[in-house]
Amino acid sequence: MRRSSQHPLPPGELLGSALETGHRLRQSNLPPASETRQVPVLIVGAGIGGLSAGWKLAKAGFKDFLMVELEAGPGGNSRSGHNEVSAYPLAAHYLPLPTLEATAVRELLAELGVLHGDARATHPIYDERYLCAMPQERLYRNGWWQEGVLPQNGVSAAEREQYRRFYVLMDDFKRRRDGKNRAFALPMELSSQAPDLLALDRLSMRDWLLAQGLDSPQLHWYVDYACRDDYGTGSAEVSAWAGIHYFACRDGEAQDAASDTVLTTPGGNGWLVDGLAQGIRSRAGDRLLTGALAFRVAEENDGQMHVDLWLPAEQRTLRLIVGQLIWAAPLFLVPHVFVGNDSLKAAARSYSHAPWLVANLTLSRFPEERAGSAMAWDNVLYDSPGLGYVVATHQQMRMRPGATVFTYYRALTGMTPQQGRAALQDTPREVWAEQILAELERPHPDIRQVTTRLDIFRNAHAMARPLPGLIWGNARRLFAADGARLRFAHADVSGFSLFEEAQYRGVLAAERTLRRMGMNFVTSLS
Amino acid sequence: MNQALLFSVFIIASCGLAYELIAGALSSYLLGDSITQFSTVIGTYLFAMGIGSWLSRYVERHLVARFVQVELMVGVLGGFSAAALFFIFVWFTTPFQVALYLAVFGIGVLVGLEIPLIMRILKRDLSFKDLVSQVLTFDYLGALAVSILFPLLLVPHLGLVRSGLLFGLLNVLVALWALWMFREQLRNTFWLKTQALVSLGVLAIGFAAAGQFTSLAEAHLYADEIVYNETSPYQHIVITRWKDDLRLFLNNNLQFSSRDEYRYHEALVHPGLSTLPAARRVLVLGGGDGLAVREILKYPQLESVTLVDLDPAMTQLFASAAPLRKLNEDALHSPKVKVINADALKWLEDNDELFDFVVVDFPDPSNFAIGKLYSAAFYRLLEKHMTAGALAVIQSTSPLYARQSFWCVVSTLESVGFVTTPYHALVPSFGEWGFVLAGRRAYQPPAGYAVATRFLTPETTPALFQFPKDMARVDAEVNRLNNQVLVRYFESEWWQVIR
Repeated sequence: MRRSSQHPLPPGELLGSALETGHRLRQSNLPPASETRQVPVLIVGAGIGGLSAGWKLAKAGFKDFLMVELEAGPGGNSRSGHNEVSAYPLAAHYLPLPTLEATAVRELLAELGVLHGDARATHPIYDERYLCAMPQERLYRNGWWQEGVLPQNGVSAAEREQYRRFYVLMDDFKRRRDGKNRAFALPMELSSQAPDLLALDRLSMRDWLLAQGLDSPQLHWYVDYACRDDYGTGSAEVSAWAGIHYFACRDGEAQDAASDTVLTTPGGNGWLVDGLAQGIRSRAGDRLLTGALAFRVAEENDGQMHVDLWLPAEQRTLRLIVGQLIWAAPLFLVPHVFVGNDSLKAAARSYSHAPWLVANLTLSRFPEERAGSAMAWDNVLYDSPGLGYVVATHQQMRMRPGATVFTYYRALTGMTPQQGRAALQDTPREVWAEQILAELERPHPDIRQVTTRLDIFRNAHAMARPLPGLIWGNARRLFAADGARLRFAHADVSGFSLFEEAQYRGVLAAERTLRRMGMNFVTSLS
Repeated sequence: MNQALLFSVFIIASCGLAYELIAGALSSYLLGDSITQFSTVIGTYLFAMGIGSWLSRYVERHLVARFVQVELMVGVLGGFSAAALFFIFVWFTTPFQVALYLAVFGIGVLVGLEIPLIMRILKRDLSFKDLVSQVLTFDYLGALAVSILFPLLLVPHLGLVRSGLLFGLLNVLVALWALWMFREQLRNTFWLKTQALVSLGVLAIGFAAAGQFTSLAEAHLYADEIVYNETSPYQHIVITRWKDDLRLFLNNNLQFSSRDEYRYHEALVHPGLSTLPAARRVLVLGGGDGLAVREILKYPQLESVTLVDLDPAMTQLFASAAPLRKLNEDALHSPKVKVINADALKWLEDNDELFDFVVVDFPDPSNFAIGKLYSAAFYRLLEKHMTAGALAVIQSTSPLYARQSFWCVVSTLESVGFVTTPYHALVPSFGEWGFVLAGRRAYQPPAGYAVATRFLTPETTPALFQFPKDMARVDAEVNRLNNQVLVRYFESEWWQVIR
């Protein structure tokens, strides 16, 4: 603590999803509606799922819909922030090169001008400014930065042999096709459902590795890191199906980039949020109502859905009488909101959501470096509770980068999600800031001197945790099914929080809705 | 007294290991290949210690006095070893290894004498069992202490030269201590005391003066007199002079020699600009020395020259120092010239000015930051600042020493739609150097030059565009921000040249 008295903690804010308004769901004392309106199609939630549903409706020429969002702006897990130095992500920060089957992702990227030429090509051309610049990632381990995240220095020949076997196994999964389905597709709904593959959803990733005779500590660290990074949950808890999906689903390629390159911008995935929102606005006008809490959803005797919205700014309740409802908010809200429908509520309660913490450190200049490979976009620390940090200004074309923003990630693993949420609610910013600076001080000794601001962004229910049984269990399939008036469009419906999944669920829900309303459209999904 | 002597064993052992580590680290640092350096230094040192131990049998009388002298010799020789070796490396490259192994051998022999002498001094008071056990215990403890302190504290805070001198001082202090402890046994210690105090003084002066050592050594790394030496936030700028030859070094890399820079700058500017009689506006990226601007200003029809260079220290230096203003013919003070100190990438992004001719004169692509300035994305950005008939010329490293790097620049320019015309010229202080002209249409070399030149003639111009077999085109990938392939080519090719 002597150091911190020399360098007082940088100022900043403790931010988070609209906690107070959200927690009003727990009380049932919201007032009755002061106004009633008819809405042919309502989308609840303007994360990637909801925005994608609106985008598809608008593209099909259907404008008579409303999107409502609890937060002040759209984007959900792809939201970004910005200050005088740079835009920076608040959660998701990259999109891998889309797979062949991710047709809707490719369509969007072509619309945004980032994918050039034939959107269905095996090797499309991408805008160089969005392809992550070299070096993409590095790992700090034993006082040294190495290229790539899989540990390399001082790893025995026996462990390297296990690395090789692991990649052979993943490549086999990557190539395997059952009929026209890939073993692990992205979107996951298009995956093969061969019994031996579905059996992988009944054990943990760690147990699966051990069953393959893969016990290398370094390999286990790497796989655990990947699971924490993508699912907010360690490999001892994540379903093997989900764990393997991470390594075996991404086969996207490009004409102008290596296949492991990702698409990113200073604001992480914020550009995709802006692109979707703009795609809606230009076709259907302003369809978004923010700061609105949907707190009661009931199917009434007239066959229509009644959705009650609490508008905290106006301190009143608005009732929407809805023809078609697309629920694009996280599924943990369902039991608090839906009236009746006990099977849905029970299914939602079988989900578990991971708490996350993101810190944005504004730096007056790049910090001092340890030896090894040069500053990368994604910088991972070995043996650390955090997942490392990404550099917001990495994509900027600058010779001499000056000020920058580091976005530090940490999934609250090593405790139950309930304990993690309690920690998020009770821990003051200063405690998080001290922990994070102490962690980053190892690779960057002068980090305290250069950090001018440190904002903490908390997300108590950041993503569904794909524990064994969730992905191919009945609860999730219930939400994936089509309904007469109600459809679910959120990454939770896929079981894990990926942009591709959220977008697929949104577009699929919109297409099902259009079909139900008898509208003509060109599908984005085949 | 025994405890005191055992403590001096601890100090002596630390010093002994320290000299070995310093020699190994210094030779790894200067010669590279740390495995070989450490292995041969340690081997020589241990072997020499063996010889010292064997020689100790010939010391028969005056054990304490000999011990004191050995300590003084180790202190001076070991203490100055790093400084001396560094100087020898800077002045004469060849005998460095001879000096290294002689120094290691000499120190090793003296250190080898120390422990046998101490054991014989202590023998009078201790049984053999206790003697061996205690002396060797402190010997190894001293080695442990220094092996931990050396990388964590000494090298980072003192550096090799001052660490060496510090241990030299410790050896001399042990000698002084021994003189005091055995003052009753020793007769006539005047000479020993004098030797000790002189050694102490010399080492102390060396330690105090070591700060100036680096700059002195650096002065000799450059062959000529340093007339200007500044570290700006961006780079280390050094200008040297020998008779009428001025040389600019940025981060120790030669940028030009005033004896032949006209060859480089004429070749950079005139093949392109002399084919553009309608050109009015010129942009120079990099080139804060104003030498390219000097050539550009020879064209009277030009209305403006915009120079964008990152480092204000560079442009201020070349706009103020008299010999440099003479060299660039005061180009940076021309009313037509606008000097902007900015990051070229940011400046191109933030501006929408158009130019008829662009000179891209950046440092060679030796790291990822500079590699961005040779990327397809950069050239796309550049293209947006070029008028319909405009040309850009890019300095593109050596097609002879870095052949694939050179052709990688060509491939990259072509990938964004430029029609390219590569060429080369001989600049003696650099070697064979390469340039690439890029435009939207095919380029025709000039039939003549309307401006005064010292190097270019109409007759020799066609030869610039012909590439002999050893510089002919090779396949190269497109340099993109997401692969930085040029930096990798450049590293591997220049590594072949300099090793």
